[in-house]
Amino acid sequence: MTTSTNAIEALANREYQYGFVTEVEADTLPRGLNEDVIRMISAKKNEPSFMLEWRLKAYRYWAKMEQSEGEPKWANVTYPPIDYQNIIYYSAPKSKPKLNSLDEVDPEVLRTFEKLGIPLEEQKLLTGVAVDAVFDSVSVATTFKEKLAELGIIFCAFSEAVHNHPDLVQKYLGSVVPYTDNFFAALNAAVFSDGSFCYIPKGVRCPMELSTYFRINAADTGQFERTLIIADEGSTVSYLEGCTAPMRDTNQLHAAVVELIAHDDATIKYSTIQNWYPGDKEGKGGIYNFVTKRGKCLGRNSHISWTQVETGSAITWKYPSCLLQGDNSVGEFYSVALTNNYQQADTGTKMIHIGKNTRSTIVAKGISAGHGQNTYRGMVKILKGATGARNYTQCDSLLLGDKCGAHTFPYIEVKNATARMEHEASTTKIGEDQIFYCNQRGISKEDAVNLIVNGFCKKVFRELPMEFAVEAQKLLSVSLEGSVG
Amino acid sequence: MLEITNLHVKAGGREILKGVDLRVKAGEVHSIMGPNGSGKSTLAQVLAGRETYEVTAGKVTYQGRSLLEMAPEERACEGLFMAFQYPVEIPGVGNTYFLKAALNAIRKARGLEELDAMDFLTLAKEKMTRLEVDDRLLTRSVNEGFSGGEKKRNEIFQMAVLEPTLAILDETDSGLDIDALRIVAAGVNSLRSPERAILVVTHYQRLLNYIVPDFVHVLVDGRIVKSGGKELALELEARGYAWVEAEARAAAPATA
Repeated sequence: MTTSTNAIEALANREYQYGFVTEVEADTLPRGLNEDVIRMISAKKNEPSFMLEWRLKAYRYWAKMEQSEGEPKWANVTYPPIDYQNIIYYSAPKSKPKLNSLDEVDPEVLRTFEKLGIPLEEQKLLTGVAVDAVFDSVSVATTFKEKLAELGIIFCAFSEAVHNHPDLVQKYLGSVVPYTDNFFAALNAAVFSDGSFCYIPKGVRCPMELSTYFRINAADTGQFERTLIIADEGSTVSYLEGCTAPMRDTNQLHAAVVELIAHDDATIKYSTIQNWYPGDKEGKGGIYNFVTKRGKCLGRNSHISWTQVETGSAITWKYPSCLLQGDNSVGEFYSVALTNNYQQADTGTKMIHIGKNTRSTIVAKGISAGHGQNTYRGMVKILKGATGARNYTQCDSLLLGDKCGAHTFPYIEVKNATARMEHEASTTKIGEDQIFYCNQRGISKEDAVNLIVNGFCKKVFRELPMEFAVEAQKLLSVSLEGSVG
Repeated sequence: MLEITNLHVKAGGREILKGVDLRVKAGEVHSIMGPNGSGKSTLAQVLAGRETYEVTAGKVTYQGRSLLEMAPEERACEGLFMAFQYPVEIPGVGNTYFLKAALNAIRKARGLEELDAMDFLTLAKEKMTRLEVDDRLLTRSVNEGFSGGEKKRNEIFQMAVLEPTLAILDETDSGLDIDALRIVAAGVNSLRSPERAILVVTHYQRLLNYIVPDFVHVLVDGRIVKSGGKELALELEARGYAWVEAEARAAAPATA
């Protein structure tokens, strides 16, 4: 059976529904990047000297890299060269220097988050979710802070953590993703302006989902945020992030870094719904999402689980990974990546087994529609000392139509003979016979495709927290509109 | 209820149906029999709205409307159901979820209120008990990893829940053991009513021992060449299809 191409190509496109722009007065640095810009960012944040020094070292490393090999070239994506001197590295909504309560946040900014379905006023919040909202380069509000503080949980803007918990920041910043890790990680370390910081003390189970919502608003601005999550011995936390941006016809760079540290018996679950503006139907505009995410299972029996639903961005370059250092530690990666129109994604994970009896699971689901190109790139490395390591990888691609592509690059490196590796992979086209079967039962074509795609993603969706799973399903169907008719 | 007039159908450039005429009234059970490759399944698929077939001539009227102009899902919402010869697997989609989505799509199209999960489950359980369908089928993905018999039973279970006006069974008996056959037939029989019609497409007479048809039609080389009562099926069982084919050749005027 061939997929009926016209069926899969028609259907009117719905506009990206988060594409509006908020009019706020912004405090913006001039375009371009040099040591002075780094100093200005650090000064604006009133940072202690260790931060500035670290930023400058990162900047110098990055500048050298930019002169020599430049950006990583191995990813299966194409885009015109980025002019790093034409980007604005810092933009913040203008307001009072220090915010003490939500009342002091620019009401336009608050309205933006409300429009996005993220009410920040605590009484309106979904029970059980604490939100940190990042607008352009700065964190504008963090909810439920006091309630969390009673348990000793620190959940705040990164810039705040630098002031209030410099010891923790200094100890862990760059310990999982050093600025020397890669081009974008170096850039981020040099210019990052905010992000979320989270610390869960020993033995504490975080009673609510922690969530950060990222919004790029200003034009020609790069967003460089940094998230650092530390789960101390025996603690547990579930963390969610979401992101959107206005529709603009120039590309915008988003280069974030996320570092997770799990101590003995600690568990971190990190879920992402990435919905940056993907560009228009012809591939104009959209976010370049070049992100480094890594978790370190430092302690024995520690557990880090990444779940991502990537539907936005013009280009996604992202490999949430786990360093399984502690004995018996567990790393997981569940991913749905969807590319429609002219989107490109090169995404996957790295599981580095260092400790004994470490286990990792990878479930990656790629969906390509339109002219979308979707690449899974994954590395499983079993080091010499990782006796009894186990990995299970499942990597499936679903194609809608005949102009899209799916690619798979699995790398496996085993240095210990006791390792057990399993790898399953499949590529399927959504079948006309499946759609017809649904039609014959009264289900429309569009609903049929959603049903089939959601079924394909089920193994990943069930890893998401409840409210997010529903959002992910909806997002997927919106992102697929225009691919079926 | 269903009136097929001079239906010509092509697939892959080859003419498969060469002028089929058939009238089915409410309350009747018709059986379409015929040798392999005679066009039985094509007829069933065309009625259900499969797009891979090209209708080159003729018309089909269903409840007074032109069936061929309706989209497959519209036909389903108007009460046409086909039990597939090869039911399709949809990995990751729960059988219950699928069937509930189907039932509610049909209810919505008819202006009825959609059933919530509880009401649906009550309905499904009742039908399952009647059809001796295993509970576990509900929680599994649509047809995924089902045995041949389980798939066919699942089709009949779906039919029982969706309560069609016109049910078309496309070789539902193939791959069924005798016990499954008996249960499937009981399911179909329980659906018989003065408001409904059933079209049983089959190669063998065996199923017709259990689902006794009012009319039997023999399809040979894209045409219905002989029609009769239930005794015609028995005759075919005893004598094979060769004699009908020979009769048809002798009677038919030469065609291009």
